[in-house]
Amino acid sequence: MALNSIHWFRKGLRLHDNPALREAVQGAATVRCVYFLDPWFAGSSNVGVNRWRFLLQCLEDLDASLRKLNSRLFVIRGQPANVFPRLFKEWKISRLTFEYDSEPFGKERDAAIKKLAMEAGVEVIVKISHTLYDLDKIIELNGGQPPLTYKRFQTLISRLDPPEMPVEMLTDTLMGRCVTPVSEDHGDKYGVPSLEELGFDTEGLPSAVWPGGETEALTRIERHLERKAWVANFERPRMNANSLLASPTGLSPYLRFGCLSCRLFYFKLTDLYRKVKKNSSPPLSLYGQLLWREFFYTAATNNPRFDKMEGNPICVRIPWDKNPEALAKWAEAKTGFPWIDAIMTQLRQEGWIHHLARHAVACFLTRGDLWISWEEGMKVFEELLLDADWSVNAGSWMWLSCSSFFQQFFHCYCPVGFGRRTDPNGDFIRRYLPVLRGFPAKFIYDPWNAPESVQAAAKCIIGVHYPKPMVHHAEASRLNIERMKQIYQQLSRYRGLGVFFSSKQEVLCDGITCSSLMSVTCSSSVQFYLYNSPLKLLYIQRFGDSGEEKPQSGKRVREGRLSERAVGLVEEDKGPRHEHNQRWCLSRV
Amino acid sequence: MKRGLQGNEQEDGGGTSGGCQKTLKRSRKQRREKDLEDEESRWECLPQEILLHIFQYLPLLDRAFASQVCRGWNETFHMPELWRCFEFELNQPASSYLKATHPDLIKQIIKRHSDHLQYVSFKVDSSRESAEAACDILSQLVNCSLKTLGLISTARPSFMEMPKSHFISALTVVFVNSKSLSSLKIDDTPVDDPSLKVLVANNSDTLKLLKMSSCPHVSPAGILCVADQCHGLRELALNYHLLSDELLIALSSEKHVHLEHLRIDVVSENPGQQFHTIKKSSWDAMMRHSPKFNLVMYFFLYEDEFGPFFRDEIPVTHLYFGRSVSKDVLGRVGLNCPRLVELVVCANGLRPLDEELIRIAQRCTQLSAIGLGECEVSCSAFVEFVKMCGDRLTQLSIMEEVLVPDHRYGLDDIHWEVSKHLGRVWFPDMMPTW
Repeated sequence: MALNSIHWFRKGLRLHDNPALREAVQGAATVRCVYFLDPWFAGSSNVGVNRWRFLLQCLEDLDASLRKLNSRLFVIRGQPANVFPRLFKEWKISRLTFEYDSEPFGKERDAAIKKLAMEAGVEVIVKISHTLYDLDKIIELNGGQPPLTYKRFQTLISRLDPPEMPVEMLTDTLMGRCVTPVSEDHGDKYGVPSLEELGFDTEGLPSAVWPGGETEALTRIERHLERKAWVANFERPRMNANSLLASPTGLSPYLRFGCLSCRLFYFKLTDLYRKVKKNSSPPLSLYGQLLWREFFYTAATNNPRFDKMEGNPICVRIPWDKNPEALAKWAEAKTGFPWIDAIMTQLRQEGWIHHLARHAVACFLTRGDLWISWEEGMKVFEELLLDADWSVNAGSWMWLSCSSFFQQFFHCYCPVGFGRRTDPNGDFIRRYLPVLRGFPAKFIYDPWNAPESVQAAAKCIIGVHYPKPMVHHAEASRLNIERMKQIYQQLSRYRGLGVFFSSKQEVLCDGITCSSLMSVTCSSSVQFYLYNSPLKLLYIQRFGDSGEEKPQSGKRVREGRLSERAVGLVEEDKGPRHEHNQRWCLSRV
Repeated sequence: MKRGLQGNEQEDGGGTSGGCQKTLKRSRKQRREKDLEDEESRWECLPQEILLHIFQYLPLLDRAFASQVCRGWNETFHMPELWRCFEFELNQPASSYLKATHPDLIKQIIKRHSDHLQYVSFKVDSSRESAEAACDILSQLVNCSLKTLGLISTARPSFMEMPKSHFISALTVVFVNSKSLSSLKIDDTPVDDPSLKVLVANNSDTLKLLKMSSCPHVSPAGILCVADQCHGLRELALNYHLLSDELLIALSSEKHVHLEHLRIDVVSENPGQQFHTIKKSSWDAMMRHSPKFNLVMYFFLYEDEFGPFFRDEIPVTHLYFGRSVSKDVLGRVGLNCPRLVELVVCANGLRPLDEELIRIAQRCTQLSAIGLGECEVSCSAFVEFVKMCGDRLTQLSIMEEVLVPDHRYGLDDIHWEVSKHLGRVWFPDMMPTW
């Protein structure tokens, strides 16, 4: 019986490092690569023109690459759950392959499709290639919970085997005898639509600053590595005015859509580092961009409410303000703060902004100035930002608004000062807000402070040609830091005077041996993990502040899983006046 | 329940109590039914004090459910002890994501429990209606003898958007009727000098805590009146424009108790604003009178407005710079703030703060918490700083971008050095980059 297979593209829009695609081709008589044009992108229809264009360019590129292998891309309008049964029958499918999607919505959708396939007698093969690691393994290693600090995440990663090598690009040889039946009217039935067909008005649309597709991605990664090698410096580059502009070596949108394999990037970085630094071991910081992405995927994979405040176990409930007018001003770059407005303009026009620019506008919207919910900001980014997928976008917004991940809230980005320090001359502002071009560097970040003569000379009167600032920043930040303090003081039940809140410290205890004690100094509660420890009973002792040797009180940890791994959460005693900095000691009994 | 059963079984086994004899005579089935009856009636007869004690552990909603069980439990639910503390949450769906306290519950509280209330707070969202609702409730608390009152705006300060007279009259009701107010939080409200006079006239013996940051209608004379009369005042929070030499002298008078916390917000209204100075002698008087007091100062100024500050020694303990502050000012901080416990700098600039930090480590021997945002410090200087402070640094919150690698340390190894000197594992704070 002939094996006919379908490879289902969702992300992973590439032919290189695509193990699921290879499974589709392996020993198959025919293969068809499908993409469902599902207006419900990752569960929401909130997608702007730049993202659609990028996606369509990715699909065109895939189609072109497949043509070289005498195949084609099949773009199918509709929902997978509705269409697959028909396709299984029509094409006599016996194998379905796709890349694993770790997001909760994706997992649910895929479970439903797997069921459909099973009923139709179709074998389903799923491969992990959108992330460096198997995320479930990371979670397992952390006692069943995703790590909530980046440092904890890095510690766990360093204990795992390195990521799997990327697999070869799909070639004629690999295709072997496998063919794709293509009909005469393929273009009409299954062709990649244009932006106009999707209902966008493309008149006057500037050309894409970030062209989509695997070909572009692979060119970029070579450029990216060339530049790194030339600099011979793998440190994080210092921020300057140029960093704010879109770079021809930028890779984040390509990673998001899967035009570029993260594993390929990982291994190319490793190789280059070893070559330049003569075989020394690369530090984790080399992979920063990739690991942050991985961190958020891990945090989100088992949490369907990851993108919400209500009902999200890791999100702090903050009494954000509902203010649609203020939100609109922020989204439409009409805040009256040139730094913020220029960034939001670049975002809307091009679909990418530098990560520090993201911090600036996110802080301004949430805990810095407007006190509007991060969920609103997340939705705007989802519409406009090319590299914002569900996990990374939601996670970053929670992080930047100090709603999760134990992020300290005291450092606030000033909408005037931060920009001025980054780009003192103000070229970035002039580029994206031409109306302010006439202002000298001295006033371009706070034009409302410019004397009338300067405004007149610049042909831009504040309040007429450009809005007045929508908030008084000093007052807003004073208010907001007070709000954040109120919330965190309630949470950690400590009536402190300062702005620091005591975060749970995640502590890794590595196989406590019989005689060794480990002393950990930290604040309020300690979450700890024991690995490969033959302990039967664990006793937590707490020392008083005067540093005496004898423990004062103890708490028995939950038993049960102690033979292999123990996860314990010890809450501090609710004494009348507990101090910071209790010394905790873990020991065997 | 189990205990009851076990007890009976033991008695059956060979007990000697009188009740047991009766039990032995019945059939097994009858015995079991009686046991169940006994258990039910046991719950009904639970002494009220015990039930009250249990109720105090339950959240309000669970308590309310419990109160529906029987008359006895309903009575206990309404005992005064359970209505001493209440937090009214006033939110409008149009302006907040959070739920409000149910209006029926509010009505009930006012009807049945207003004279039991002692510790009350109002949390309002940014809508005027919520602020007005809070004041309406306040106006009805005529039989209250409040000890604590907190008016907390959780978003924009909506108390400032309602008619001032409405607010003042509601607040006055509380001041006049309570006569034993101990803690008062009225930040960001239109409270004024006359209402403070009313407060003082009725509560001067009991007032211990007064937080009134950002109350623009109060003048230095108004707050001076409070300091003069309320000798038990231990905690005070206000804006810098209300601070005066006279105020500090009044707070250090012999009749006054030791002040514990003084929180001052220094906020710039317009660029280039001039701020008055406080004499060193006034701070000295405060120190003599209350040697252990905490002075918390939050600065939200433009860089060039720091002229009058940190010229002389000042006993500040917690210092927060919410906007950019210059190297020069941080240098002065190192020289003039020997009591400094916590320092937070949101932003400085692109010149390294090496010398300033070292000086702070040397001179601020009580420093235990430091936070640095957009600043720059060379890795070597930072390690030196941590070495000098040692493990007294319990909070070290440094953004990753602050640390500038140099010939001695790179970013990847600095955290080991720092961890060594701190005596615990330390990493800088990170922000996601993707």
